[in-house]
Amino acid sequence: MRSLAIVRQSFKMSLQNIINNKMRSFLTMLGIVIGVAAVIALITIVQGFSDSVVSEFSDLGAGTLNVNAYGTVMKQGLTENDLKELSTVEGVGGISPTVSLGSTAVFGKTAYDDVTVDGKSEIYFVHNDIITAGRGLNAADIQNQTQVCIVDDTFVKKVMLGHPVLGSVILLDGYEYTIVGIRNTDNTLMSAFSSSGDDGTVIVPYKNALKMTGNANVTSLEVYVAEGYASSDVSDNLSSVLDNIYNNADNSYAVINMETLMASLDSILGMLSTMLAGIASIALLVGGIGIMNMMLVSVTERTKEIGLRKALGAEPARIQLQFLLEAIVLSVIGGILGVLVGLLIAIVATSLMDTTFIFAPNAVLLGLGFSLAVGIIFGWAPARRASRLNPIDALRAD
Amino acid sequence: MSASKDDVILQMRGITKDYVMGEEISHVLKGIDLEVKRGEFLAILGPSGSGKSTLMNIIGCLDVPTGGEYTLSGKEIASQSETSLAQIRNKEIGFIFQSFQLLQRQSAFDNVELPMLYANMPEKERRARTREMLEKVGLGDKMRHYPNQLSGGQQQRVAIARALTMNPTILLADEPTGALDQKTGAQVMELFHQLNSEGRTIIMITHDSKIASHASRIVRILDGNISEGALEDA
Repeated sequence: MRSLAIVRQSFKMSLQNIINNKMRSFLTMLGIVIGVAAVIALITIVQGFSDSVVSEFSDLGAGTLNVNAYGTVMKQGLTENDLKELSTVEGVGGISPTVSLGSTAVFGKTAYDDVTVDGKSEIYFVHNDIITAGRGLNAADIQNQTQVCIVDDTFVKKVMLGHPVLGSVILLDGYEYTIVGIRNTDNTLMSAFSSSGDDGTVIVPYKNALKMTGNANVTSLEVYVAEGYASSDVSDNLSSVLDNIYNNADNSYAVINMETLMASLDSILGMLSTMLAGIASIALLVGGIGIMNMMLVSVTERTKEIGLRKALGAEPARIQLQFLLEAIVLSVIGGILGVLVGLLIAIVATSLMDTTFIFAPNAVLLGLGFSLAVGIIFGWAPARRASRLNPIDALRAD
Repeated sequence: MSASKDDVILQMRGITKDYVMGEEISHVLKGIDLEVKRGEFLAILGPSGSGKSTLMNIIGCLDVPTGGEYTLSGKEIASQSETSLAQIRNKEIGFIFQSFQLLQRQSAFDNVELPMLYANMPEKERRARTREMLEKVGLGDKMRHYPNQLSGGQQQRVAIARALTMNPTILLADEPTGALDQKTGAQVMELFHQLNSEGRTIIMITHDSKIASHASRIVRILDGNISEGALEDA
């Protein structure tokens, strides 16, 4: 109780002295504000970015392997037999070849020449819930190379606006295709890496798309991992089969495991976040030195006051506590302001970057903890100096 | 004067104080013997450089002697730590300085309250005593004034109120009228007389024999030696 009252008294005196030197206190605080704000903003922004990336990856990546079959000079891509063989590999729940090309679509009398044609199999629609109207492709479409297609929202908006979509016929590569389904536009982060036509995307049976490209074989496919299997195991199984297919030729294929990619991306972002926070904490260090400087000046300026307080009965520990609290109050107020400014910056930045703002209590605690530590560490020496002043010398000072 | 041993509140035996200045050692106090009894009004008279400030610092427990024994209210001062010296100053000594030494950014009330804060006195008691003391020195209507809103005489009275709050054993005044004009100086002396008549022990350090003559007993200090007695010259 008694010591609590002492702390409260010293706290009051500290606050009074800070208020008495508003401008100087504010400028000193600024260093801490900037340091803490930078730490908070960086951690929050990176965390928001990383969360967005991870959630998008898991949307499309979980349980999916991507195979790129570059092939060899002797054997390009994968034949139908190869695909069959791959689909029977242990742990594979299904495969969907991917053929992608740019093309021109004609609707009515108008040609739209920036359309992406994606060839897929029926398996793709089993594993991707993207149809918003009509139907996806089925096994018969693939088997018979039916001339049907699924268009995305963008295509509907650009090409079909004002016309009935399902059942309409468009010309792709000179062939008539009937629209049987609509999918939502792929606006995941991953789609940013693959170029998508300005006039939208049209999905057709992959064999039809292959024909449009003039290639005989599939070079890219998605493999869906069956329930109960680990992606990495299935990836190994696929590799051994593909080694067989390509006679162990170097660089003939690649199996991309999204989960591994995701994990390494996550750890890279984590490292980035730590590194940025580390750099930002240099600002905190500088802020701390600023506080120390101000406290030393303050002790020198108030030598006489310290002497008087000692003459009136202030114990050395009491003087030390007062000055230490002053430094702590200064830096913690700076820390609180820094947290607010940092969160504000993060909110603005995440909305500009179109990532999610995630309030990170850890970052806030870190910021406040840092500022408290800075106050104690850099306030200690000046406070000690004040407590050791000889009251006679101090009283005599002018 | 045959006071009992209990009445002696301050006792000095062979107090010396040396300062080392470069290679030279200057002996500022050369063996001071002094006894002060409860209720005395003592003036220590001496010119500047006589060692009277050093003596005051030692009496006020702001400094410790190089040699000799100093007992204040039964406590041996030389052996005390910094912390206990602070506590002794707080409880035993009420300082009054030539230049008042008030905290400029605090009101008269806050200035007077300060020693009681350091004594950890409960707030209610603190406030009541602060009010009482300021009224005693005639500043009951100026409690919320800041030092720069008060005249020199008023400031010195705030300082006296501050010196009295802890009900100290000794009121220790260092040239209390040095920064005041004759009239206000006289008022301060009047206040000292009043306090002394209430039984307060006062030790006043001064170079001014006129001021010293207000005291009931005068000791003279010259070149670090003390001599008892009335004045021979002014």
